[in-house]
Amino acid sequence: MADTATNDAFVEFARVQKSYDGETLVVKDLNLQMPKGEFLTMLGPSGSGKTTCLMMLAGFETATHGEIRLDGREINNIPPHKRGIGMVFQNYALFPHMTIAENLSFPLEVRKMGKSEREEKIKRALDMVEMGAFGGRRPAQLSGGQQQRVALARALVFEPELVLMDEPLGALDKQLREKMQFEITHLAHELGITTVYVTHDQTEALTMSDRVAVFDDGRIQQLDPPDTLYEEPKNSFVAQFIGENNTLEGVVKEINNGLALVQLDGGELIDCKPVHDSVVPGARTRVSIRPERVEYNKERLQEGAHTLKAEVLEFIYMGDIFRTRLRVAGNDEFVIKTRNAPDQVRLKPGQQIEIGWLSEDCRALDA
Amino acid sequence: MSDTTNSGPVLAADGTPLKRSLARALRMQKIRALMLIAPLLLFVLLTFILPIADMLFRSVENQIVSETLPRTVVALADWDSESGEAPDEEVFTALAEDMKIAAEAKLHTRVGSRLNYENPGISSLFRKAGRKAKKWDIENDGPFKEKFLDIHKNWGSPDVWRTIQVYSPKLTNGYFLNAADMKKGADGAEWRPENEQIYWTLFIRTLIMSLAITTSCIILGYPVAWILANLPSRSANLLMILVLLPFWTSLLVRTSAWKVMLQQQGVINETLVWLGLVADDARLVMINNQFGTIVAMTHILLPFMILPMYSVMQTINPTYLRAAKSLGATNWTSFWRVYFPQSVPGIGAGSILVFILSIGYYITPELVGGTKGVFISNRIAFHISSSLNWGLAAALGTILLVVVLGLYWAYDKIVGIDNVKLG
Repeated sequence: MADTATNDAFVEFARVQKSYDGETLVVKDLNLQMPKGEFLTMLGPSGSGKTTCLMMLAGFETATHGEIRLDGREINNIPPHKRGIGMVFQNYALFPHMTIAENLSFPLEVRKMGKSEREEKIKRALDMVEMGAFGGRRPAQLSGGQQQRVALARALVFEPELVLMDEPLGALDKQLREKMQFEITHLAHELGITTVYVTHDQTEALTMSDRVAVFDDGRIQQLDPPDTLYEEPKNSFVAQFIGENNTLEGVVKEINNGLALVQLDGGELIDCKPVHDSVVPGARTRVSIRPERVEYNKERLQEGAHTLKAEVLEFIYMGDIFRTRLRVAGNDEFVIKTRNAPDQVRLKPGQQIEIGWLSEDCRALDA
Repeated sequence: MSDTTNSGPVLAADGTPLKRSLARALRMQKIRALMLIAPLLLFVLLTFILPIADMLFRSVENQIVSETLPRTVVALADWDSESGEAPDEEVFTALAEDMKIAAEAKLHTRVGSRLNYENPGISSLFRKAGRKAKKWDIENDGPFKEKFLDIHKNWGSPDVWRTIQVYSPKLTNGYFLNAADMKKGADGAEWRPENEQIYWTLFIRTLIMSLAITTSCIILGYPVAWILANLPSRSANLLMILVLLPFWTSLLVRTSAWKVMLQQQGVINETLVWLGLVADDARLVMINNQFGTIVAMTHILLPFMILPMYSVMQTINPTYLRAAKSLGATNWTSFWRVYFPQSVPGIGAGSILVFILSIGYYITPELVGGTKGVFISNRIAFHISSSLNWGLAAALGTILLVVVLGLYWAYDKIVGIDNVKLG
């Protein structure tokens, strides 16, 4: 990724580093460009530096090194209240001593807006999140989902061009979370707001975002649209972190016509797509295959495809899918998922089968 | 239960009303709970509530006159205090009889000092008359009016007799009038002469100085509580020890330390003179006045302000400030509109605590207050231990109690007592 400023980037991190104690870097050399109107999610395990990045963008943390630009302007030394960035916090941070309407009025009042204009904007913002009838209530009188909506309305009421969200759905139950995921993306796209969303929930990241930045160890491991991220992980961390994943380990024998021949530790040979730079003949590699891309019906397999012997260890009926755990090349945690279709075979524990896959679904990554 | 539409009482499974059934089930639990707190309840009742009730009653109690001089009180009932003349022989005979009995039981001096509170000088009339009365033969030694007048001419003064008459009922409001700088005159309550009025001044001074102490505690304590609540816990603990340190030192030691600091030859004055900021012959008077009392008491009561503020501030999530800033508020606006309102319950709790403690404070004003800096409590203590006028002390105490309760009520009306949090 280029570290020069590109003029069309709305939000830009250029070689940003952050250290709290002067000994370890929490964020290591972060480069990121976001066009206007994009919904970008920072995804990663806790301690990966994603929240620190968000706080640096909001102005609550200062970057130890590097530049952060907003709309072409360097904002490193601009205090948070002058950045005009809307923010939704993890615990909503609705002011408990103010009513909902007063909460929404706050950002407008500090901008010295007239009363009638304020009221109009508050009403519009509350209607937008379907909370129009709750203006007179206090935050404590609302449910978690309602507070969430109000927090969103408050972050949007002063019409910021950039909105930051720090795990805003973490406290909600599953159903409500899914509903809010949809509503937030819908609103963000409708209003054309640039959004930076932080979460550790990969499903949330995949379903909501235009692009996802996967963080680990203070670096962006991969920055791609959700489908690319899921189907073409660039390294084993991303492959492990996003979705379910089967891993087999082995040594690269040769690379021919864009296909790598890998000898697994058990001696079996498989064809893989070499992805990571470290995949060269003789190097150890970790091979990743998605559970739903594994096929055990021989008729559906490609002509001449490598197959592996597998023993069924466990069959789990999950309604829409079957989840089967296999022992493959010494790995007891090899999982395959099959759709619950009328003609689908239900495997039984103890059964010996042969499995295979398309070689491009099998990705050779870093060891 | 499916009978929500049924208008009758809900029944338990065995047909008894559910409420009764529930009450029976909970009774044992309630009794056990009561048994657990019974010792404390008894202790509080015996050592706190009963003595207070007794003291409150003393502020209106006046049985001593009618018990010691029963015949006199009856005989005096018909006397017209407006007549300008002493009562007739009948009253004096009754008094002689009462006086003889009282003198034999050595009770006459007590009535004397009781009435002396209301009309200075009566005490000696009673002492002298009692001495003589012991030898009198009531049947034969009359008439007594002359005998009494021989003992002291003031026995002929209508003023003395009016005092006895006014204070003959079993209950009196005299102590309260006294506590409000009033007295029972010929036409009911009247103000005491200007130069005898002290209690109003003292009450008002106590209230104003308590408010001043509370205010200075708020001003000094708020930043400390804020720092305490926002420091990392290691440094916060150290600072907390410093805040609590005064509690581990005797109150007397702390107050005496202020004497050392504030007096005219004290540390502060010496330093100022040495620095040349104050002339040697114009040393600041900082003790034995209101300033000294306010300084010393603010220092002593400060922890009571800091602790509730701190525990409330600890519960205020710092994200609120961040949220306010992200919404465009400056540091000051975020503090004033978001942080401060949430810390008000702590200020309320601390203020009530400090104000109520200071309004009844005694030791510190006594030691550093001089004459200008003493509180009403010092006067109460004086009446309890020196003048032995417990009725007046009780009346002053009752007024103080009512004032505090009144302020508490006003606070509840204005701020709301639910807005008080100790943590």
